[in-house]
Amino acid sequence: MKETLRQVAIYGKGGIGKSTTTQNLTSSLAEMGKEIMVVGCDPKADSTRMLLGGMDQQTVLDTLREEGQDIDLDDILKRGKDFNNIRCVESGGPEPGVGCAGRGIITSINMLETLGAYTDELDYVFYDVLGDVVCGGFAMPIREGKAQEIYIVASGELMALYAANNICKGIKRYAESGGVRLGGIICNSRQVDGELELLKSFAEKLGSQLIHFVPRDNIVQRAEINRKVVIAYDPDSEQAGEYRALAHAIDDNEKFVIPEPMEQDELEQLMMDFGILEV
Amino acid sequence: MKDSKAGIEEILDDVLQSYPAKSMKNRKEHILVKDRNKSELKIKANTRTIPGIITNRGCAYAGCRGVVLGPLKDVVQIVHGPIGCSYYAWGMRRHQGLAAEGGKNFINYTFSTDMQDSDVVFGGERKLKEAIKEAVEIFNPSTIMITATCPVGLIGDDINSIAKQAEEEYGITVMAFNCEGYKGVSQSAGHHIANNEIMDNLVGIKDKELDYKYPINLMGEYNIGGDAFEIERILHKIGYDVVASFSGNGTADQIKYSHEADLNLVQCHRSINYIAEMFEEKYGIPWLKVNFLGVDATIESLRNMAEYFADPELQERTEKVIAEELAQIEAPLNRYKELFTGKTAFLFVGGSRAHHYQNVFKRIGIETVVAGYEFGHRDDYEGREVIPDIEMTADDRNIPELEVTKDDKKYRLRISQAKKEELQQKMPLDYYGGMIKEMEDGSVAIDDLNHHEQIKLTEALKPDIYCSGIKDKYTSHKMGIFSKQLHSYDYSGPYAGFKGHLQFAEDIAAGILNPSWSYITPPWKEKTTLEGSFGGGE
Repeated sequence: MKETLRQVAIYGKGGIGKSTTTQNLTSSLAEMGKEIMVVGCDPKADSTRMLLGGMDQQTVLDTLREEGQDIDLDDILKRGKDFNNIRCVESGGPEPGVGCAGRGIITSINMLETLGAYTDELDYVFYDVLGDVVCGGFAMPIREGKAQEIYIVASGELMALYAANNICKGIKRYAESGGVRLGGIICNSRQVDGELELLKSFAEKLGSQLIHFVPRDNIVQRAEINRKVVIAYDPDSEQAGEYRALAHAIDDNEKFVIPEPMEQDELEQLMMDFGILEV
Repeated sequence: MKDSKAGIEEILDDVLQSYPAKSMKNRKEHILVKDRNKSELKIKANTRTIPGIITNRGCAYAGCRGVVLGPLKDVVQIVHGPIGCSYYAWGMRRHQGLAAEGGKNFINYTFSTDMQDSDVVFGGERKLKEAIKEAVEIFNPSTIMITATCPVGLIGDDINSIAKQAEEEYGITVMAFNCEGYKGVSQSAGHHIANNEIMDNLVGIKDKELDYKYPINLMGEYNIGGDAFEIERILHKIGYDVVASFSGNGTADQIKYSHEADLNLVQCHRSINYIAEMFEEKYGIPWLKVNFLGVDATIESLRNMAEYFADPELQERTEKVIAEELAQIEAPLNRYKELFTGKTAFLFVGGSRAHHYQNVFKRIGIETVVAGYEFGHRDDYEGREVIPDIEMTADDRNIPELEVTKDDKKYRLRISQAKKEELQQKMPLDYYGGMIKEMEDGSVAIDDLNHHEQIKLTEALKPDIYCSGIKDKYTSHKMGIFSKQLHSYDYSGPYAGFKGHLQFAEDIAAGILNPSWSYITPPWKEKTTLEGSFGGGE
């Protein structure tokens, strides 16, 4: 593992667009010539679908279950399609309602380390984490020695900000003992009124920054249906430019902070100030 | 006593001195000096051990799987969990069992689902189902019991519905015990969980015509080192028939029709009192607190039983058997008494043995100076009269209190209320008086002892024998004091009944009189082995 390796975890409320954002972002970074690994930390195992052009990924945990102890890295790590060549890994996990998905993530990341997935060529490792950090296992990617920087995907909706604020509480806990820092908020726009100002203000209150505002565009959905990221589906589109801008902002980012999460009252006040919550 | 009462208080102060203030306050409440003149002798028990203290306690799984269920011979007991928990259920407790003619005996085995990392991640239900299937195919048992270990509770494997499905599929009894290790402050929680399940799903599910004159159930006797064999031998000799044993040398099959008994004998009150109480409520069978450890206690128990059945012929036979048995052991036992008189014992064991063994020691001239329970509750120390005053903690509420009601079909009043009240004047019927009442003034009762307290008290009181378990046996041996395990009896037993008492005295003699204790301090610690003088002038 080289010292300049940046390990990044993407968190955010369920359904906010973490996987979509991560895949579009990482493919833009790959376009810039970066060597990248994406680790999907969601039992649904859909974090690398667009990079691979479909969900044919054998997950780490399924492989572990079926093959037992004898696993080769090649069994679980696939290269992305088209130009990006991104290394894709899906942690996988149990069906809803059984077993322990959190334990699965811990097992899976440990397995990647022992198999030597973190090679010297890598510039970035991205962890795409399940929306709700319900137990210790889902915090695995931000523990000591793993992801050092975190980006939270949010929108102008109260629940998205509420979740983002909660995630900051978790980051703060691990930041004090480990080295993890918040790199910024990525807005995946829902076209809520005053969204840009609200998100800017929200990020500032946390002591962080709005690293990029990704506008809403139906091309994202069209690309997704075609199992492609936007820059592969339509490289010259405006939206492809937005993702490239996000990639540059993250690549150039130097502002890493321990966030100061807000109290519930403070958060609601912020929403009212921007005219979203009526008194 | 070796020391005056004031002396013992000073010793205890010294023991507590090493603790930080908060721990000292906590531990102080778990220790008391017996004083007949005090109106109230209250001890704290069955509460959480202070973190960091080396406790001898076990877990809820140990209490359920190891203690209460373990001795049942005809049951395939599947431990659902990692292999370590299963390994320690494999004959470690020295409960013995002999298969009845044509009967099955699985206690030499341990059955485990051997849970691995991927079973935790994906859930262990499939593996458990496979284990049940395998057990049925290979061993064809009439009863299977599944016990849960910690990870099973954490990931939420539904062992209860698996048991239910298996019961339907294979047409046998399959029971699930949610006895995850962390459920409670000690193994005591596991006893309770086992009691509840047995009462709810095993007792009374089968009817059987019994041609027994004096049918009894033996409860809370686990056949360590063969104790139950010896007790059963005496009971049979008198004319009793054991319907079921809970659970030493017992079978699940017998428990299924154990509601046919006329009296329940309770040896270890702590681990089985829940069932004993529910039996009376549901089927009308009273329980008698007995103690078959020590000849005097055994004689008293046998006489109480005979009086309960109120049959002169039975009483006569009881006296005859007592006389016969005593004749075989009295003379040698008295010789041991002469040998031991003046010696003292320190007991830390169980939820009943620290009490029961006091009379065993007394009969052979040894006085108990300290006695404590690992997992007893206040009633085991102070008597059942304190039960209404025992405060419920959050840990207690973690285990459901089973509500039982009268079984209209199977309920049969064994003795009238008037008769019962009359007997209660004479014997512990539906009652247990606890340990403290029978202790001598100036002796110490101590709950949830730890190694620090063990060492300090041993240094100060210099007992001749220390009786506990494997976790502190060698702490005692290193101090030059013989230690006898009263959980497992080391490699010996039986100690129950008449002959057992003599066996115990022999083992104690072999231990304390062993000359090796005088060599515990090596010669070079007492005097220098080299002699010489400094050269180089004054």
